[in-house]
Amino acid sequence: MSAARDQETYYAGVRMVPYDLIKELALALLGTAILTLVLAAVLSSPDVPPATIQGWAQADPIGFEGTAVQELQGQSTSAQYGPPYNHGTGSVQSFGFIQPQEWAGVHLPVDPARDFVLQPLQTASAGNPQLASALARYRVASPSQRSSWLGAYAHALDKATVRDGQVVVPPGAYGPVAEMLGSLLTIARSGGLDGQLRSSTRFYQTDFTRPLLFLGDGDYFAGLAEKQHLLSSQWGVMNETGSYPGQTWLWLYTMWYQIPPYNSSSSADLLVILTMGVLTVALALVPFIPGLRDIPRWIPVHRLIWRGPSR
Amino acid sequence: MNETIDPEVRGSWTFAIRRYLLQALPPEHLLPERQPAFVRSWTYVLGAITLASLVWVVISGAVCAFFGPQWWHVSPQGRFFNSLHFWSTQVFFVFMVLHLWAQFFGAGWRDGRALTWITGVLLFVLSIGTAFTGYLSQENFDSQWIGVNAKDAMNAVGIGAFFNVLNFGQMYGLHVLLLPAGLLLFVAVHILLVRMRGVVRPLSEETR
Repeated sequence: MSAARDQETYYAGVRMVPYDLIKELALALLGTAILTLVLAAVLSSPDVPPATIQGWAQADPIGFEGTAVQELQGQSTSAQYGPPYNHGTGSVQSFGFIQPQEWAGVHLPVDPARDFVLQPLQTASAGNPQLASALARYRVASPSQRSSWLGAYAHALDKATVRDGQVVVPPGAYGPVAEMLGSLLTIARSGGLDGQLRSSTRFYQTDFTRPLLFLGDGDYFAGLAEKQHLLSSQWGVMNETGSYPGQTWLWLYTMWYQIPPYNSSSSADLLVILTMGVLTVALALVPFIPGLRDIPRWIPVHRLIWRGPSR
Repeated sequence: MNETIDPEVRGSWTFAIRRYLLQALPPEHLLPERQPAFVRSWTYVLGAITLASLVWVVISGAVCAFFGPQWWHVSPQGRFFNSLHFWSTQVFFVFMVLHLWAQFFGAGWRDGRALTWITGVLLFVLSIGTAFTGYLSQENFDSQWIGVNAKDAMNAVGIGAFFNVLNFGQMYGLHVLLLPAGLLLFVAVHILLVRMRGVVRPLSEETR
């Protein structure tokens, strides 16, 4: 049976009235244009400048050096993350036998000590014999010796002060670490580290994985987000900077992060996505799910939609 | 009428597709000038407003895409077009969600319209993905923070290396081409399904 005959049968006995679909769409276009123009003209849109490693090093030099030490110690979030960046386990999520993060494996290799600290210092050491010497000394040192220097320096940072933008720590057995981190801070304060972490072997690049991972390891970045009410505990997944509405359509996704057992789980992301996956499939299959498809009959909102008889 | 058609023509794929399309989508159903009386309800306007908002989302986005991702950060005109893109997206979502709830409480999937409902849900999910990649493509603090947090969710489900939210180039490409193309394709399918089957009869008048 053709669609035309189908509809004739379906609407048998229903009163058909003139209805101008094109006019309706044209008026909708006009109305939304006016609404959007007014909102854009009056409220503009959010554009808080991106955080930079330079800004971090200038605003919080001690925190910056502390994070760099953690990268060298292999104790930062990125260093211990796990797939897809490395073989750590610190951020690996699972739910019973469901371990997609492990199954996917390491496909974006990141070695934070090398990529965020040692390689940029190596590049900067050209023409800087003092830094080159410190790096050489660090490279040939035993793991336990490096660990001792780094531990001592990390401890010293608790008592550090800032003078002329440089971190000053009490005298101690830091080996070459103080020289290395002082140089890294100098590079970062000049903006050089932003460039080095962005750069690759290619001239053009659009991948910001490394600088964003490094920024994410420090407290400075999260501090900026907290001021903008963007932390997870602040419903940050759907918020955005300023007083703009953000991704309000993510309210249900964000809600799970606020309630047990999700908000206390180390695999919250996986649990929330699995939950939302099930709910989304259920929404799509509502026509076939007894109970769900009957809700409109139980809650007669349709009486507001269709007020009178159509015959 | 078929008796007069050359058997060779009647067996052609082109003829078969044209015959199917004319039966499934007769012009009077694609652009009908009359509708059932019950269509005169405010809820039927929600879909049209959603579609209208999407038109402005696409037009404002196309202007931003033409001038490049840096433009709106450095130019007042760019900022204004970005604001149009931003607010048309907000309006689009508001009316899409209202349209979704109206269809839910009207049980719009009845009488052979399940596929129309499913394509609508798919459009909702695709829209969220398109908006999400848009937020990641803004090149500002919001993009950074959303990316750094969202990476954990993507990594947790094992797709972080293939859908790298910290890779601006990948997110921008998805946002300006692939996801909108998918979105517009399914919008077309959704609207064609609505027109093929006509709007569902009121829940209060259902016979079963």
